[in-house]
Amino acid sequence: MKTPLSPSTFSVLAVTTAATIATHLAHLPPWLTPALAVLIVLRVAWRRRHPGAVPGALRLPLAALLMAAIIGEYGNVLGRDPGSAFGCGLLALKLLEAETPRDARVTLGFCAFVLMSALLFEQGLPFTLMVCGVLLLQVAAFNRLEPAPLPSPRPLRQSLMLAGRLLLLALPLAFASFVLIPRLGTPLWGAPGGGGGARTGLSESMAPGQFTDLMLDDSPAFRVTFDGPPPAPDAQYFRTLVLGDFDGTTWTRTPTGRRSTTPPRLQAGQIFDYRITIEPTEQRWLPALDTPIQAPDGAVLAGDETLIATRPLLQAREYRVRSRVGAHSDTTLPAWQRERFLALPDAIDPRARALAAQWRRQASSDADVVERALALFHANFTYTLTPPLLGRDSVDEFLFDTRSGFCEHYASAFVFLMRAAGIPARVVTGYQGGWWSNAGGYLLVRQSDAHAWAEIWRNGSGWQRVDPTAAVSPARIEHGAARVNDAPSWNQTDWLRSLRNHIDIINRWWTQGVIRFDALRQRALLTEFGLVHNQAGDLLLALSGTLALMLLLATLWALRDLRDRRGDALDRGWRDLQRRLIASGLPANPADGPHSMWQHLHAQDAALAGTLRPLVDEYARLRYASATPPDAQMQRWLNARRQWLSTHLRRRGIQQRLRRMQAWFATSRSFRGSS
Amino acid sequence: MPQAFAATRRRLLALAERRLPALTRLKRAESLPVRLGRRRIYVLPTRFGLGFAVLLLVMLLGALNYGNNPALMLTCLLGAMAGASLFIGFRDLSGLTLTQVRVDEMHAGQPSLLRLRFDPGGRSRASLRLRLDDWEDSFALPGDAPHDIEVPCIPPTRGWNSCGRLRVWSQYPLGLFNLWSWIHPDTQFLVFPALEENPPPLPAGNGFFGERTRQGDSEELAGLRDYRSHDPRRLIAWKASLRHDRLLVRETEPRAGEALTLDYATLRGLDHEARIRRLTSWVLAAEAARASYTLRLPDTTLGPALGDAQRRACLRTLALLPPAGAGR
Repeated sequence: MKTPLSPSTFSVLAVTTAATIATHLAHLPPWLTPALAVLIVLRVAWRRRHPGAVPGALRLPLAALLMAAIIGEYGNVLGRDPGSAFGCGLLALKLLEAETPRDARVTLGFCAFVLMSALLFEQGLPFTLMVCGVLLLQVAAFNRLEPAPLPSPRPLRQSLMLAGRLLLLALPLAFASFVLIPRLGTPLWGAPGGGGGARTGLSESMAPGQFTDLMLDDSPAFRVTFDGPPPAPDAQYFRTLVLGDFDGTTWTRTPTGRRSTTPPRLQAGQIFDYRITIEPTEQRWLPALDTPIQAPDGAVLAGDETLIATRPLLQAREYRVRSRVGAHSDTTLPAWQRERFLALPDAIDPRARALAAQWRRQASSDADVVERALALFHANFTYTLTPPLLGRDSVDEFLFDTRSGFCEHYASAFVFLMRAAGIPARVVTGYQGGWWSNAGGYLLVRQSDAHAWAEIWRNGSGWQRVDPTAAVSPARIEHGAARVNDAPSWNQTDWLRSLRNHIDIINRWWTQGVIRFDALRQRALLTEFGLVHNQAGDLLLALSGTLALMLLLATLWALRDLRDRRGDALDRGWRDLQRRLIASGLPANPADGPHSMWQHLHAQDAALAGTLRPLVDEYARLRYASATPPDAQMQRWLNARRQWLSTHLRRRGIQQRLRRMQAWFATSRSFRGSS
Repeated sequence: MPQAFAATRRRLLALAERRLPALTRLKRAESLPVRLGRRRIYVLPTRFGLGFAVLLLVMLLGALNYGNNPALMLTCLLGAMAGASLFIGFRDLSGLTLTQVRVDEMHAGQPSLLRLRFDPGGRSRASLRLRLDDWEDSFALPGDAPHDIEVPCIPPTRGWNSCGRLRVWSQYPLGLFNLWSWIHPDTQFLVFPALEENPPPLPAGNGFFGERTRQGDSEELAGLRDYRSHDPRRLIAWKASLRHDRLLVRETEPRAGEALTLDYATLRGLDHEARIRRLTSWVLAAEAARASYTLRLPDTTLGPALGDAQRRACLRTLALLPPAGAGR
């Protein structure tokens, strides 16, 4: 055990460690990754020349340095981000002192833990598959620590194949335990703090240029399954946040409190029932189609008719909503709200204010003002994802100088104009459109489908959606943002996009079937299988039962006797006969030939041997007369053997067992007597 | 306290012997071939395996606490793989058969080799380890043919020896479980007596034929005898033959026709075992010198003769001489 690791084994260990750390690359601080890489490479190179562990005089300062650097970066070593960075650093440091198989095992165990913590940051299917690949490497590395004394050392491929074989063997048990391990309803200790990691999605504020990142982000935001037919593409507005406060550059959310539970008035408008599976965002906003009527569990319906979850979305989450499309619930606007949705910062954007005032004077109604604004956009504005930068009077510059931009510019300028013209208005951000999967029957909405539009207050009919972007670029509403983007980036060519869309059905299955497999879904699944009570105890019972069954199967597999597979049916029959004779306490040395065996038998039990004689003779004739005895004769012999066993040996076997039991009783009695 | 513990342990072992003979079969020597089956393969997690279980538990708690299903899946997978490794390891050991124990001629106290022949039984064995007393090594077996493992050993005493209790064990494939089995073959092998270091030369002037005696031209003739066929020609005393009108041969051996005698009784001043050691060394020396010899022991006399059969008979008898004070 004390022998140092061979260079090749150490290399495998180093590669495994590096691969494990690589799963954390996305969120490690930028200075740590190259430092760890250099450390590992130096260690491998150094060990080739100078075997032995790196002295503690060097390791301890390095560990202290690591800790200081982590605290400097995060202010803390606890928590998800600093913890994982610290873990990666310690793992690399552990490699410095790994010399014996025992050290290597400890290192690999630590690797497994660090690997698992990578899944706290990212849970997509491709990433999980990658993590499984690293897991296989770890298992193979474990295997390489076992001595392999054949003339040539065991090739790495063989260890990897063993790991793959173990994986296949483990799959049923892993699957069963995954399904049956009772999930915790509430965490045992605090859930991880926020910060980094999940896709941020929409945020609580909207500043120019902020959407650009989102629109280039092709990752899924959420998926929607409708109970009935889906709404038309131009009605697929998923409202998420209502931004009512403007400081000249940035729109921020107006807190409106929880919605009072007045019954929604009956209105025209279409009702949709649907289910949304949303990716983790670490925010609390839940998108919903147009106007949600009721909040799902774990969320509240805010005053501005948006859904707010009671806890941040650290995990993927699924919720059911019923929405009304085409009409809002409110008919009156309280004075304080009206004032709020008319407010503008002082002394900025004079030209826009002047234009709005001019419209107000000329227009006959609010609708007319809206018409004029949309006509302005429609006439000579262009839609682009790469607009020029705007200065202090952003709305003025956009309206009169640059005249190009995308949804957030249009929504911002439109709401500004409406407010300046005395019409209460607000910016709404959310998602518009998406990709309809025919195969999966669901709507896939990506981050790049993020959109901003406006809502204006119309006396008598309430809030009404106006999408100024549609006036500029109707295609954006019909086909989505990326289609109209005049400069397609490398990852958004048509065929690739279409391929990604089609593959998304797998991601959806992963999100719904695995990531979202929580206590609720577990219960639903098990109810189908007749486990109705589904208390944790029942689950554990089912788990133990499955475990026992699998252990039994594995045991049978492990015990499968090899001896019996050698030779032909005749050989097997003969060996079986010998085994049974031995089991009955008769002499049957496998090394003896048939006749000498029979003689030994005869010496012990002449009567029994007499009945066996024809069988022995026939066996000897069949076995030694030709290399391949005819099947029919072989079969006849096997039948005769079976008959002999059942008539003569069974009785003897029972007697034998009785005698053994008597003897056992006798010894136990004598033992009791002696003690 | 340790004494009480040892006593308890002894009592428990004795109880186990009496009540569970099947489980304690390892205690008794058994005849070859010995096949490792489920009744004699023992499994316990290694210390690292226990640590690994704790690690899995921590991972499980973490995954459950954060409601992180992919992490939970990873943990389940790792746990199930660890469990499956037990069965793969078991299959590595199960069905292995020790078919033979062979030895070369060995003298007590001299390093020699035990050859253990293992039959893998149709399945290749990836990583096995063998321990005998304080010797330990690892080996692997390809699946098709029996294979000899050479175990160095130094037999302590002359006479019949057995190889002792072998521990065949494995931590394959992941080092999480320790699987082992004891094999105690009843095979006995004869260990020849130890050799004396720097033995004195053979008893002087005896047993030499042929050219070795030619150096003694000046050596006094012990006499003449009639020629017998196969006598070397140069021993013929030509002048005497002429004189006596028949072929005569010079006789150089002091006691005509007698071989070198190695006599237990003449070795006074040495104890029993030392005498045996010296006689053993002399037997080998006489063989090396191609000198015919007689071994005279208290109860038996072997020879005169020369060659393998004589050597073996002598060594065997010496090896089996009862120890001093016994038998007489």
